[in-house]
Amino acid sequence: MVTLDHLRATYFEEAAELLERAYAELAALSEGRAGEDTVHALFRAYHSIKGGGGAFGFTRPVGLAHVMETLLDLVREDRITVAPDLLALLLRGTDMLADLLAAERDGVAATPGVEAGILDALESAAKIDHIAREQAAPVQAAAAIADGWRIEFRPHPGLFRSANEPLHILRELAGLGPVEVVADPSRLPGINRIDPEEAYLSWTVTLRAAVARAQVQDVFEFVIDDCDLSIDALDDATEPAATMAERPVATPTAEPAPPDIAAAPNASPLAQSVRVDVAKIDRLVNLVGELVITQAMLAQHEATLPPDLCPGLTRGLETLSQHLRELQDGVMAIRTQPVRTVFSRMPRLVREVAGMLGKDVRLVVTGEGTEIDKTVVEQLADPLTHLLRNALDHGIEPPDAREALGKPRQGIIQLSAEQRGGRIIIEITDDGRGIDRARVLARARERGLVSAEATLSESEIDELIFLPGFSTAETVSAVSGRGVGMDVVRRNIEALGGRIRLESRLGHGSRFTLTLPLTLAVLDGLVVSVGRDAYILPIAAIVESLRPRREDVRDVVGHGQVIAIRGSYVPLVPLHTRFGVAGAVNDYTRGIVVIVETDHSGQIGLLVDDLVGQQQVVVKSLEANWRRVDGIGGATILGDGRVALILDVAGLAALPAVAIPAAPPRAHLHLH
Amino acid sequence: MQHPSAAMADAPAPLAGAAGASAQYITCTLDDAEFGIDIMAVHEIRGWTPPTAIPHAAAWMRGVTNLRGTIVPIVDLRARFGFGPTEPGAMHVVVIIQNGARTAGLLVDAVSDIVTVEAGRIRPVPEIGAAAPERLLSGLVPLERGMVSLVSLDTLLAFDEADTAPSLPIS
Repeated sequence: MVTLDHLRATYFEEAAELLERAYAELAALSEGRAGEDTVHALFRAYHSIKGGGGAFGFTRPVGLAHVMETLLDLVREDRITVAPDLLALLLRGTDMLADLLAAERDGVAATPGVEAGILDALESAAKIDHIAREQAAPVQAAAAIADGWRIEFRPHPGLFRSANEPLHILRELAGLGPVEVVADPSRLPGINRIDPEEAYLSWTVTLRAAVARAQVQDVFEFVIDDCDLSIDALDDATEPAATMAERPVATPTAEPAPPDIAAAPNASPLAQSVRVDVAKIDRLVNLVGELVITQAMLAQHEATLPPDLCPGLTRGLETLSQHLRELQDGVMAIRTQPVRTVFSRMPRLVREVAGMLGKDVRLVVTGEGTEIDKTVVEQLADPLTHLLRNALDHGIEPPDAREALGKPRQGIIQLSAEQRGGRIIIEITDDGRGIDRARVLARARERGLVSAEATLSESEIDELIFLPGFSTAETVSAVSGRGVGMDVVRRNIEALGGRIRLESRLGHGSRFTLTLPLTLAVLDGLVVSVGRDAYILPIAAIVESLRPRREDVRDVVGHGQVIAIRGSYVPLVPLHTRFGVAGAVNDYTRGIVVIVETDHSGQIGLLVDDLVGQQQVVVKSLEANWRRVDGIGGATILGDGRVALILDVAGLAALPAVAIPAAPPRAHLHLH
Repeated sequence: MQHPSAAMADAPAPLAGAAGASAQYITCTLDDAEFGIDIMAVHEIRGWTPPTAIPHAAAWMRGVTNLRGTIVPIVDLRARFGFGPTEPGAMHVVVIIQNGARTAGLLVDAVSDIVTVEAGRIRPVPEIGAAAPERLLSGLVPLERGMVSLVSLDTLLAFDEADTAPSLPIS
């Protein structure tokens, strides 16, 4: 069960990584090691912190991240050059961001106004307005910071009906600094006439802290329509008389806010999970693999002993084997996770973003049980967030516009995951407006990404949206920002060895298809034997297996042989002819044909000698120490310690036949 | 696993003044020829077990084996140098080497010696014909008992560039 606490914890973990990244990029900048991507990476780090933080309502870090992001955007567009003092400023800003995030994480209110100085400096560096202050104080001087504030808070009688509680507000004020609270009970009717659902009390709060007016106003954000509120600067120097006169002499307050409420950190949800370096898990997986192999070897030796020679040994080995299996399952469970862990964050995102944009959207999630390697799952969060935001912002039309187009008012975004043909396919489909290619091209030309004369095909135009700095959003919004999304998505997916594809129909919607490789993934495989070799076929790709009769197979001139299966013809691919394996079964009536589904070539029938068994295998890289091999997706280690190759079914379909060596060149393979 | 260099702690110290300019090599034999492999790259030496064949690979690529969970390619050094394939038996050994991020096993007849070679004694490899096998060597060292050819691990393990396709018949 993923709770809000988990999501929060995940956000903070990610934010910590993003901050780390930001520090690294800043270091690169200051040491003159900056690459082409350094500024982009920095920008993205702040952007992601802002995006995620917004979802949880962390207004202070978000405000700061926004200013920093804006500054970086100017750098990105070469409107500001990176000078040492700017770097120092960015570093300070990053420090402050880390502090503010830590405060949010620990549930401690950061010292009020602590970020004001850095905000000012960043602002003047960028010569920009910053959003926090615009929002906070539309009328009064935005950055107004007084030594303190006198707040008159007079709730309307109906305050409680909007589910507000003055005590929370008072406590929040207390979180900003030392307060004196005086309750005014003058509106209280006699006890016999009290309506418990009405608000009668009002308060005068004296806040002695140098905070911005905006921060005080923020506290009343949700009750502003249900009360009379006045916030006045408490300036002892200039208007002591007025203040003193109005302020009641310090009397014991009717409802003093407990002084330490805000300071008490909440029980941290972080303690429930431990972040472990994947390399350590890999090491565990490998060690367990070795154990399993050793156990198999012991069992083999034990089997050669006369029965009942040593019953204790036999029993011990059985127990060992059982525990090992559990250990293996346990370790594997650390390594793989259902995509649910990342998918479960998405409905909330969609809800909130849709709310911000005034759109009516339903998110349909399928296949959340699909298991992917932990590293892959973790790195999916960013791309998925960006893709969903894009679908919401650029794809789905506002309800009225949809109605005018004859579409249902409610837009639908589908998020699905499945394992197909040994790869993991994640699709994000929306029924929105689709890619307006003319507009995309116009924008790309305007941005100088494409020369005016160039003629581009539809798919080339679609590719443009993956370029850094490209955005068709007319205004910079808190939702999809400045077009950071798509280039980030592509980078992230490619970093995972995956691909991203876009299909779109103007007026009907778009579909982004992420294809992730099975490298690192755990795979349910069917062990098949060919000659003296064993290969692993991904179960997900298998449709059925059969032993064809002579009359089921036909020759097709120039296309080899096909098998007739229930009225359709499936190409027959004898595996040994593709890999040049000697001593394999060549007569299809004596072997087994496994019908597999490929990505692009439809079904093919693989002829193998025999089916050995089904097992879960850990995919290991063949490329790390050797190189990519066509038709092979990776390697794994079988129970007996031998290496078996995992077939890449899609790649196999494209392989030409090769010559088969005359004699079996290798020793006999034992399968267990 | 103990690094071989630790076991060599009592090997003769390099001559004074040549410190840092000498290196130790494990030598192995292929027929009569002796080849030197930088000892710092040698991870371990194991007996021969038949590896899993890799499709579409050159004859010198014997296949991949499981080294404590890592998939490691086994290169038949004799075939790689164009002397024809090794017929491995119980006496053959595989030298596991690590060079950069890459680990590989070299199938050789036997490991014969450890030699300390000063940099000054390494002779360049003559550029005759510049056929592939020559580029696999980084230098030649004359010893009293004969010549040791130093193997260039960088070149040997550059599988991505190497012509790994099943190629010319090797004799």
